[in-house]
Amino acid sequence: MIPFNFVYCRPATLEQAYEAFGQLQAEGKNPVYYAGGSEVITLCRAGSIAPGAVIDLKEIPECRVLSADREDLHFGAARTLNDIKESRLVPLLTLCCGRIADHTNQCRITLGGNLCGTILYRETCLPLLLADATVTLFGGRGLHAVPFQSVFDGRMQLEAGEFIVEVGLPGWAAQAPHWHIKRTTNEKIDYPLVSLAALCKDGRLRVALSGVCSYPFRSAEIEDVLNDSSLSIERRVEGAAALLPEPAYSDVRGSGQYRVFVLKNTLQTLLEAFSNDQI
Amino acid sequence: MAIGESIPRKEAWDKVTGRAQYCDDLPVTGLLEARLLTSTCAHATIVRIDMTRALAVDGVKSILTGDDCPELFGPLVQDRPALARGVVRYAGEPVALVVAQDAPAAELAARLIEVDYAPLPLVLTPSQALADGAPLVHCPVNGYKKVVTDMYPEAGTNIASRYKIRKGDVQAAFPKCTAVVRQRFALPPSDHLAMEVRTARAEISADGQVLITTASQAPYTVKKQLAEAFLIPAGQIQVKVPFVGGGFGGKAPVVLEILAFLASRSVGGKAVRLSIPREQDMASAPGRLGLEADITLGADGDGLIRAAEMTYWLDCGAYTDIAPNMTKAIAVDCTGPYHIENLHCDALCVYTNHTYATSFRSFSHESYTFCIERAMDLLADKCGLDPLEFRLKNAIRPGSLTPTQVLCSDSLTGDLTKCLTGVKALSAWEGGRAVPIKQDTVRAMGVACFWKSANPPTDAISGAMITFNSDGSVNLNTGVVEMGSGGQTDLAQLLAERLRIHPDQVHVVMPVDTRTAPENWKTVASLTHYMAGQAVLRAVDDLIAQLRQNGAQAFGCPPDEIEVANGRVFSKKNPEDFIAFKDIAQGYQSPLGESIGEPVLGRGGFMLKGLSLLSPETGLGQTGPAWTLGAQVVEVEASLKTGSYRLISASTVMDVGRVVNPALMHAMVAGGMSMGISLASREAMTYDAQGIPQAPNLRSYKLLHIGQEPDYRVAFVETPEEGSPYGMRSYSEHGIIGIPAALGNALSAAFGRPLVSLPLTPERILNGLEEGGHDPV
Amino acid sequence: MIRYEGKTVIKLTVNGSVHELAVRPSDLLLDVLREQLGLTAAKPGCKNGDCGACTVVIDGWPAKSCLVLAVEAEGHAILTVEGLGGTAAVQRAFVEENAFQCGYCTSGFLMVCHALQTQHPTLPEEYVIEEWLASNVCRCTSYEEIRAAVGRLYPPEDAP
Repeated sequence: MIPFNFVYCRPATLEQAYEAFGQLQAEGKNPVYYAGGSEVITLCRAGSIAPGAVIDLKEIPECRVLSADREDLHFGAARTLNDIKESRLVPLLTLCCGRIADHTNQCRITLGGNLCGTILYRETCLPLLLADATVTLFGGRGLHAVPFQSVFDGRMQLEAGEFIVEVGLPGWAAQAPHWHIKRTTNEKIDYPLVSLAALCKDGRLRVALSGVCSYPFRSAEIEDVLNDSSLSIERRVEGAAALLPEPAYSDVRGSGQYRVFVLKNTLQTLLEAFSNDQI
Repeated sequence: MAIGESIPRKEAWDKVTGRAQYCDDLPVTGLLEARLLTSTCAHATIVRIDMTRALAVDGVKSILTGDDCPELFGPLVQDRPALARGVVRYAGEPVALVVAQDAPAAELAARLIEVDYAPLPLVLTPSQALADGAPLVHCPVNGYKKVVTDMYPEAGTNIASRYKIRKGDVQAAFPKCTAVVRQRFALPPSDHLAMEVRTARAEISADGQVLITTASQAPYTVKKQLAEAFLIPAGQIQVKVPFVGGGFGGKAPVVLEILAFLASRSVGGKAVRLSIPREQDMASAPGRLGLEADITLGADGDGLIRAAEMTYWLDCGAYTDIAPNMTKAIAVDCTGPYHIENLHCDALCVYTNHTYATSFRSFSHESYTFCIERAMDLLADKCGLDPLEFRLKNAIRPGSLTPTQVLCSDSLTGDLTKCLTGVKALSAWEGGRAVPIKQDTVRAMGVACFWKSANPPTDAISGAMITFNSDGSVNLNTGVVEMGSGGQTDLAQLLAERLRIHPDQVHVVMPVDTRTAPENWKTVASLTHYMAGQAVLRAVDDLIAQLRQNGAQAFGCPPDEIEVANGRVFSKKNPEDFIAFKDIAQGYQSPLGESIGEPVLGRGGFMLKGLSLLSPETGLGQTGPAWTLGAQVVEVEASLKTGSYRLISASTVMDVGRVVNPALMHAMVAGGMSMGISLASREAMTYDAQGIPQAPNLRSYKLLHIGQEPDYRVAFVETPEEGSPYGMRSYSEHGIIGIPAALGNALSAAFGRPLVSLPLTPERILNGLEEGGHDPV
Repeated sequence: MIRYEGKTVIKLTVNGSVHELAVRPSDLLLDVLREQLGLTAAKPGCKNGDCGACTVVIDGWPAKSCLVLAVEAEGHAILTVEGLGGTAAVQRAFVEENAFQCGYCTSGFLMVCHALQTQHPTLPEEYVIEEWLASNVCRCTSYEEIRAAVGRLYPPEDAP
């Protein structure tokens, strides 16, 4: 039960959604965009947020694309993790979507919702960071596509009223060698201690991480060390683990120290798999 | 006939069609809604409660605080207010209760109540609570009204009660031991996590009739406690319990019923529904105990245990509830099922600023068994013996004395030797050593034994009533709550066996209504088959006697010539000439229209006999009618590098006296094992340094999900318990008891280090679980 | 564009029947099913999307009704355990395998299994079954029984 009420809007077009946002804001309703709803409902019930309006983006056709054209693969922001998983368009994205929450919730949680969530893991960002994804936004500047990395620094950087329409991945991302390793405290369905996604592009390993720090990231420094074939695997692992952008995250699921330990094991597994594939 | 058959649960189709109604499934129209505000501090003085903003919410009818309820509650000692009075003693303690027209208003208002707290120093473990100068959770600890006599609070301390076992002469025995181990253990509290969140409803009629509808394992206790606390004649209180969505002991205490009553009383008796969210169910309502232990065991050169000295400190949290009895239960069975002549044990119930504890599946046995069975492995290792062989050598046997000096017999305790040899075969036991299977990976097995007696009041009662339908089938009405443990189906089978009819012909009244069902102490302690079962058998005997009377009149012969079987009444001399139940159960009408005999109504009652309180100095006495024992093995595959592990198999061989329903008993035992694995591998109520629970929700407090379970293997030994219906023993709780210990033993073997705490997560395994332990001496 | 403010009458299609209901936009589907329609098979085990006891089937896929607004469910086909009648294969399978004890999580598991069978008419791989069923929690059983019940939904091919 959500103890307070809100206005519910279900726009049919991008323009209606953006206009509704402005209108509701002008009415003092403090609106939020809404898609799968799992996080908004949870936070409302817990009393963490109390929006006066929710704008449901699920029925806007542009937010529901799921297609491959000659160059790119397109994933509408209102597509569920399960839709994306079952489409099997990009194997690494399929793997990441398949390990977020549980299957039933994967049938509700959307790509856009996961990327914009307040829960810190946002694991769908990992393949996007690795594959030079573009993201199409709608807002004050109309419909525009930008590199995903330019609007994501651990969380989405959106202007007021702006929302994600779709994400585009280049075709090569679907063919590239890839790995996803997720480690949890011990129950399989849980937030990650370490969620590692990796893609191989032009013989070089790209790596993005969630769970280790308080936000997901891809780090050039870490990739440099991991790709330094002059070093032993052990040295590369140690080197990479020393380059976290902030001290490892610590909570009831695992201490920072333990997360680093798990990270090292995960990187070792990755590098061993990578070097085996190289041979 | 009926016994030994795997019939489905009597309520099976109700549960797969959504027809089974649980408390919160009853209609909600016409009910006011109540919500709780709970404490955000673990130990603090309440400085101010400001309800101004809350009272301004539309639809709010009343807001109660501790000032509105001076009564104190508790089944053993009355130490707990319904709503905190002046001081809060745990984070999550109910502070205010809002009643409103609808749920949103009640919830909003609860969020708008402002409470200022002045924090007090706190204690979060028994060690902290017993340290010199520790802050006191209750002062004075011995100032409360006792409900029972065997409660021994120690003035000026946090000790709520202490139980002593003194047997033989440990002082003399230890020096003769050639192998001695000593180990400390520390187990955190956890939660029951029944899938149904607790809830209760109350209404009070204009003439003072109180109706409580609740998810409770103890409807008659609800009635009794409300009657006593609020000075209401018990007959004016009616308690109804529909299906209960899991109890595991957590729904035995009277908690929400009191609050619902207060809520209804505050609005002129209108019907009120009290709902709490899962988060409050975990942090506010009572959970599972924590335990610390210090165990010393000594064995001679033959590997026979000669002496044991042990202290257990039960973390009961902020209020005692039933925890002193759980402390006593630990003392009663403290050694596990082993022959030990010289024993010194102190079991202490200690207040802390945790959520208070109540009964949990197996009544503390899963906790102390972890400690004693881990110590057994340490001693086996020191003696150079296979852990399973070591247990066989020391197994309790006829002629042994239990810790409270009850003389063992096969009937009283069952046969541990058969269970151990059985589990050895069932698990394909390959010794207690790690077996390398690939790089950094080993396989290992751990064994643990368990036993459990019960700790009911010495005068606990049960009753049963049986009526006939016009088709000759019967209705069984007892006060037993259906919460998943299958007691009602067991009872139906006992009835069918005794009356010699098919179990299909037995209809069971599932919901309990204290106005219509005969009193049943509580649906706890796995005693349904024993207590209600005896009442059922007596009710069947009563029924048969009445059928004989009717038959004797109908056939014109003495009653003892009449036989009752297969739904028929007939003379032994001429079985071919019979009257079907349907024609004689409501009296008999002769072919000439003459009415003969009387309608048949069976009734049976049962009161426990022969139990005693324990001697305060030595523990001498008997608390339960008998024991159930067994042996369990867990097999793991462990990664030495990462601390992670996979469960391969889990085996249980239990002496259940008599297998009544093979499939259901298997499922019940496997379910208990599953709970034990979940508990031991991942469950803990985690508190921060200020005593605030860190994960009171199912997102963070992870239960075992499908896909991670081992291969479950269950087998039974049948050593009948004399005096119990058809020789059955208690079995429904017991699957859990030895599993945490067996897992701990397997992982200790796998990782080559003594694990002395729970839960056994990879991180804690790698850290060596230093909190509770030091090396064995 | 649809805009609902305050109590609004919506039409929900539940178990094949259309119901006109007055709801607040913030009302959860679970609460509306239980309290307005009296369909109480879906249970409030956590109201946080973690336990699965409230699972219903929406357009053939499982959904945790505690994480769905009633207004969102407009225009979709909602199926609850009550809508299975007593005739679904999964119901008999659960009875035959003792796949429940207290019964509180049962409705949720039944709906997940029913949706699984709908989406995967032939036996899916083991990991798929586990993935679907791991959305739910049972505290009483060992899961072995629930697995066995799912097994009954996919009878082995006739032996040669």
